[in-house]
Amino acid sequence: MQLPNTKTMRHVISLVIENESGALSRVSGLFSARGYNIESLTVAPTEDASLSRMTIVTSGSDDIVEQITKQLNKLVEIVKVVDLSESAHIERELMLIKVRATGKDREEMKRLADIFRGRIIDVTDASYVIELTGTQAKLDSFVSAIEPALILETVRSGICGVGRGERVLKV
Amino acid sequence: MVLTGAEIVIRCLQEEKVDYLFGYPGGAVLYIYDELFKQDKVRHVLVRHEQAAIHAADGYARSTEKVGVALVTSGPGATNAVTGIATAYCDSIPLVIISGQVPVGAIGQDAFQEVDTVGITRPCVKHNFLVRDVREIADTIKKAFYLAKTGRPGPVLVDIPKDITAQKCEFEYPQTVSMRSYNPVVKGHQGQIKKALQLLLEAKRPMVYAGGGVVLGNAADKLTALVRKLGLPCTNTLMGLGGYPATDRQYVGMLGMHGNYEANMGMHYCDVLLAVGARFDDRVIGSPAHFASEPRRIIHIDIDPSSISKRVKVDVPIVGDVGEVLGEMLAMLDAGAETNDQESLGVWWKQIEEWRRRDCLKFNQGEELIKPQFVIQKLWEVTGGDAFVTSDVGQHQMWAAQYYKFDKPRRWINSGGLGTMGFGLPAAMGVQLAHPGSPVACVTGEASIQMNIQELSTCKQFRLPIKVVMLNNRYLGMVRQWQEIFHGNRYSESYMNALPDFARLAEAYGHVGIRVDKPGDVEGALREAFQRKTDLVFLDIQVDQTENVYPMVQGGKGLTDMILSAEDL
Repeated sequence: MQLPNTKTMRHVISLVIENESGALSRVSGLFSARGYNIESLTVAPTEDASLSRMTIVTSGSDDIVEQITKQLNKLVEIVKVVDLSESAHIERELMLIKVRATGKDREEMKRLADIFRGRIIDVTDASYVIELTGTQAKLDSFVSAIEPALILETVRSGICGVGRGERVLKV
Repeated sequence: MVLTGAEIVIRCLQEEKVDYLFGYPGGAVLYIYDELFKQDKVRHVLVRHEQAAIHAADGYARSTEKVGVALVTSGPGATNAVTGIATAYCDSIPLVIISGQVPVGAIGQDAFQEVDTVGITRPCVKHNFLVRDVREIADTIKKAFYLAKTGRPGPVLVDIPKDITAQKCEFEYPQTVSMRSYNPVVKGHQGQIKKALQLLLEAKRPMVYAGGGVVLGNAADKLTALVRKLGLPCTNTLMGLGGYPATDRQYVGMLGMHGNYEANMGMHYCDVLLAVGARFDDRVIGSPAHFASEPRRIIHIDIDPSSISKRVKVDVPIVGDVGEVLGEMLAMLDAGAETNDQESLGVWWKQIEEWRRRDCLKFNQGEELIKPQFVIQKLWEVTGGDAFVTSDVGQHQMWAAQYYKFDKPRRWINSGGLGTMGFGLPAAMGVQLAHPGSPVACVTGEASIQMNIQELSTCKQFRLPIKVVMLNNRYLGMVRQWQEIFHGNRYSESYMNALPDFARLAEAYGHVGIRVDKPGDVEGALREAFQRKTDLVFLDIQVDQTENVYPMVQGGKGLTDMILSAEDL
């Protein structure tokens, strides 16, 4: 018998859930009721409209994450749960960032967007909206590369995750 | 056959062979009540408060193997039911609760008697549904019963808007249910079971710790057979009482915060622990760190994977129905020639017997004041140990658990997980309806009973001859006990002032009330109560005000840090 492992790690949990009203609040309610942390949560229907796919980024010790997956599995509407971070997987997040683009900053913003392989999807004489996709870390470094005073607003989707190769989460 | 939604609700209940429906009418369920009126298969029990409807259905379910069913109206009907639902949820009791809701078009409009019932009850149900179409009623109710009673049981709520109950559709009750998202495990993993058995056979100091899962899983016989076959010591949790016969020599009593000395010591110092349908909760093992300080290997059988390795790391987890798994273990034992280490077991039993000689439940019944323990002991004697006993929450609950020796499962009915005062009397109603002619006692205190005392009226209406055994110490006893021990005798708001004359109150409701003041009168009063087969008898027993429940393990401390009597304080 051993004492609980208390080292906190980031985990990406992916799940398939019945696309029914109230299903999302069952998941979010579970996290708040049991004091689990949610860093981000994304959800949308899959190719089968009766099912939704959810990606949750959370953090906790191995014991807590084991409890999180068990508790999620216990929810009646959840069909499948996997901890993507247990093996190779891909994560992507979408960010829309509106920046001030005037004077010398206008050219600099364009260059920066190019370097990060972002796309400018809205242009006015004073601002750009840049669309950027990537890992959380890539989006973070883009944000930190811009002078804070030039950021008008940022919108991030939270990550979507999928296992690499043959590893498939399907019902 | 084209039926209205309300007719469909009642037909579904008939199809599920529901004999009693506990409920209270109101605006949103008027169509359902109208259909109830037109038939006589499902008998309605009119309670006096919705909380009692749920507790009564709960008592019914706990004392039988069936699903308890309740019907309440929208708004306050549903919110009053919440305490009852949470009580059942914490103890994994299979219930189906049907609640009325405002018409579909009025939902979200802050209508009269509207609450978000599905939202409010979400954290305290196994699952819940809001029915939005009359064509979904039959399917949903079928699913509700299936979910309530399979896997780890629990309450399931079905919220039905009023307009839906008036609309019509074709009715056919589904014979089967299949849900791709819900497939509870039944059979345990063979390899794990084999490993567990091997571990048990090799153990030098084995111990069996059995909880409510044994009772709910109807596995008491199998547990008893296994424990006897291997000559193991067995302890039960508060929820598991009756899962192993309490009068058996191999039983070491209840464990936990108010557990027996020998049970707690055995639990702590065993080298192999077989946990069956139990969850290592805070009232059972105290501090997980202290519990982990002694090395032991743990086998844990439970139907709910999330109960395994939640508070305590387990070496051999077995997910499955406890009855199935224990059955497999017995079959493997019968097939093999192996036996356990008799010599080590003998040494272990000697140690347990030594612990047992501490006689941690001893008390002295003097001439003057009635000791509460004495009342329970007499209750056990007078009923031949074979009554259904419900309880409320507090000191009396612990004394009932310690001194009434339950030999059979489903006889001890209490709110273990949530600890709901006011549970005892309504639960006893459900038990008595399920077992007409059987003795049913409600052990309670003068504080708890007042939380649902209005149900004396329901008892009169339905002629329920419950015996209320009230241990009246004029205190919120357990609160007072903690204040005495941990808060320097500052009895903040734990004194029950302005108490009614309970015997006369019972009489006002049309029952028999008896007040007992002297130790010598206890047995006679109990005998008289149980001889009155058709009357509810309310015994107001004046007990020693300062008696405490021992042994006691303080919250957060280790199992072996027991206060055995007032001298240890």
